Amino acid sequence: MDLNKKFTPETWPDHPERATLEAKNKFVGFWLFLGGETVLFATLFATYLALKNKGPSGFGFSTQELYQLPLVFVMTMLLLTSSLTSVYAMYHLKNYNFKKMQLWLGITALLGLAFLMLEVYEFVHYVGEGFTFDNSAFSSAFYTLVGTHGFHVAIGLVWITLLIFRNSKRGLNLYNGTKFYTFSLYWHFIDVVWVFIFTVVYLMGVIG
Amino acid sequence: MSSVAQKKGFGATLWDWMTTVDHKKIGILYLAGGGFFFVLGGIEAMIIRLQLLRPNSDIVSAGLFNEIITMHGTTMIFLAAMPILFGFMNAIMPLQIGARDVAFPFINSLGFWMFFFGGLFLNISWLVGQIPDAGWTSYASLSLVSEGHGIDFYAIGLQIAGGGTLMAGINFLVTIINMRAPGMTYMRMPLFTWTTFVASAMILFAFPPLTVGLFLLTFDRMFGGNFFDHTMGGNTIIWEHIFWIFGHPEVYILILPAFGIFSEIFPIFSRKRLFGYPAMVFATVLIGFLGFMVWAHHMFTVGLGPTANAIFAVATMAIAVPTGVKIFDWLLTIWGGSIKVTTPMLYALGFIPSFVMGGVTGVMQGAAPLDYQLHDSYFIVAHFHYVIVGGVVLGILAATHLWWPKMFGTMLSETLGKVTFWFFFIGFHMTFLIQHWLGFWGMPRRVWTYMDGQGWNTANFISSIGALLMAIGVIVLVINIIITTVKNVRVGNDPWGDGRTLEWAISSPPVHYNFAQTPLVRGLDTYWIEKSEGNESGITPAEPIQDIHMPNGSIIPFFMTLGMFIAGFGAMYRVETSWGLSALIFGLVLTFVSMAVRSLQDDLGYYVKKDEILRDLKRKGGRK
Repeated sequence: MDLNKKFTPETWPDHPERATLEAKNKFVGFWLFLGGETVLFATLFATYLALKNKGPSGFGFSTQELYQLPLVFVMTMLLLTSSLTSVYAMYHLKNYNFKKMQLWLGITALLGLAFLMLEVYEFVHYVGEGFTFDNSAFSSAFYTLVGTHGFHVAIGLVWITLLIFRNSKRGLNLYNGTKFYTFSLYWHFIDVVWVFIFTVVYLMGVIG
Repeated sequence: MSSVAQKKGFGATLWDWMTTVDHKKIGILYLAGGGFFFVLGGIEAMIIRLQLLRPNSDIVSAGLFNEIITMHGTTMIFLAAMPILFGFMNAIMPLQIGARDVAFPFINSLGFWMFFFGGLFLNISWLVGQIPDAGWTSYASLSLVSEGHGIDFYAIGLQIAGGGTLMAGINFLVTIINMRAPGMTYMRMPLFTWTTFVASAMILFAFPPLTVGLFLLTFDRMFGGNFFDHTMGGNTIIWEHIFWIFGHPEVYILILPAFGIFSEIFPIFSRKRLFGYPAMVFATVLIGFLGFMVWAHHMFTVGLGPTANAIFAVATMAIAVPTGVKIFDWLLTIWGGSIKVTTPMLYALGFIPSFVMGGVTGVMQGAAPLDYQLHDSYFIVAHFHYVIVGGVVLGILAATHLWWPKMFGTMLSETLGKVTFWFFFIGFHMTFLIQHWLGFWGMPRRVWTYMDGQGWNTANFISSIGALLMAIGVIVLVINIIITTVKNVRVGNDPWGDGRTLEWAISSPPVHYNFAQTPLVRGLDTYWIEKSEGNESGITPAEPIQDIHMPNGSIIPFFMTLGMFIAGFGAMYRVETSWGLSALIFGLVLTFVSMAVRSLQDDLGYYVKKDEILRDLKRKGGRK
């Protein structure tokens, strides 16, 4: 593959993310990886549901009292919007508009960062109330499920930051096109997982 | 990266193996690593049988016995059986589909190193003297109260090795989906490729639960988590569910590739195409699917209730149907064939009755009410050794003889091979057949010793002698390998003379780019078709001779894994030692920096030039 090959929007392939065999491999492999990740989160969800509100005798925390829906709603909006902005970035990827793609990926990362900071705030707040990781089975399961998601967001932020800066000078080619595309797949995936966390952990916790 | 053999110093050779991304070399690495752990697990098995040879024996203490059975099970499943099968998948599957490498050569190397370092991590527990002792299933009620770092070695070691397995699974899947040669449709794929495909799909969905389970166990033991501690609201049954949601598919991950190996051997040595190929494929997929539906049959006596038990009992028995389809297909492949009883064929013939017996006892245990009687008795030990040894290990030994010439270019001695088979086969039945009765007579599994006068003495004595015969068989195999390697008699492309699939159409061992020209696949058993039409080259090329794109070697996988290995020790010792925390941080930094380097570096591979390919063809007739 020639990294210096110059494209125009007209010569740029319709599906740059799977234009070469290597790219196709990454594309399929990443989808399969997300399949495995789904099972991983499913296991964490099942564990959480089994241990929800469970603690030692005299345990004082319950989902109803603990969770604050307004904060979680703002987090949800931030992450959903970041999914939308990553779609804009992919739109520009397909149209060979590198500058705009970088811009929208940057906005995606900022929204993700805002989400993550709110999550850290949320955790710090809970710990301040005495709801620590080792406090009960409920707290262990909560922090592990939501924390694993947060960890995925953090990994995604490091990943996209590296990609943005690594490629800032050289523009799009068929080698890095796949990398941007798989990032967007990943970002959508953690967004979908969050939708489930919002529903199963927070909504069902407060309302259900 | 010339394919011309040059004399290299030890350092250069070592560097070559540490950085290789060639699927054939990684296959050999897996085989060597898995073989090493197989011997280790075998020694542990011998100590178990030595201890149980006579009643009231105290050759090992009760605590040490627990540690040995734990390490025997864990080592054999995770570090011996699976890696050895991965070795054959790596070495042979890409050849069978006409590919020049796997989809992710870098990740392939990473997967190997994670397996190897994970295995080392687990076994370093012997040197530290704090050894896992809660059984290979490590049920949380036992593992949470186990003292020392034994269980931590188990959890972190398997975490590292399991990550490598997951990567290998995804890699094989993508290789088979994307990299088949022109004409290699799904329904023309050799059965070993098919079983690799289904086993890899099972790995993809079975290993993440293990990852989660091991993390939860690590959190509970080392970071104040409360998942399994009922005094803190936890639930110890969650571990059992998570473990078996992984653990049951795991046994199919092991047996399916063995099925694939035998499905290659029967047609070759019966000189007849596989009977019922589509049924075989369908049965493989069905077993893969049902394998996820039956985990709770390991938990009948936990008390999940009659409804749950009934559902899982029926699902369990249903698996006997596709398995039976396979058995009959194999029998009908042999039927009317012109049979050559070579060493691999001997193993295949021995496999059918052995595995059927394991299957029948499996259905017996699938009947939940009967399982209440059999649970935790030696009957269970007999059953799972009949399927694992009678199925998987016989498959591994058969594949070793079958594909040794393809992997190493020399032929293992047939005479010694048959000696190995008879020692191993007789020893195997002697060891485990009698254990069914030991179970009926009430001997519980996992006991350290037993009292005299319970009628168990003779049976245990026979069982231990059988184990000795198996050990002799393995020693003969090792001698065979040494003699063959020293003699170094090179063999041609198709040393068995009746190869049917693409791997037999190219030289043994193949050149590093496998195929000078990508083959055009014209049907099931494509090499057999070419041979029967008198095509001397054995391959109809699908492309002209041209430059071939190949991946670069890399040392990064080694350092990435080394980082995890160091971080594992750091996590374990971070509380009681001063260096623990720094080791944890250093290890994680090493891993993440390696990942960043990999991500930021452009690794575009290189081209094998047309001239070099032509030179290779002239020199050793790589196309012949």
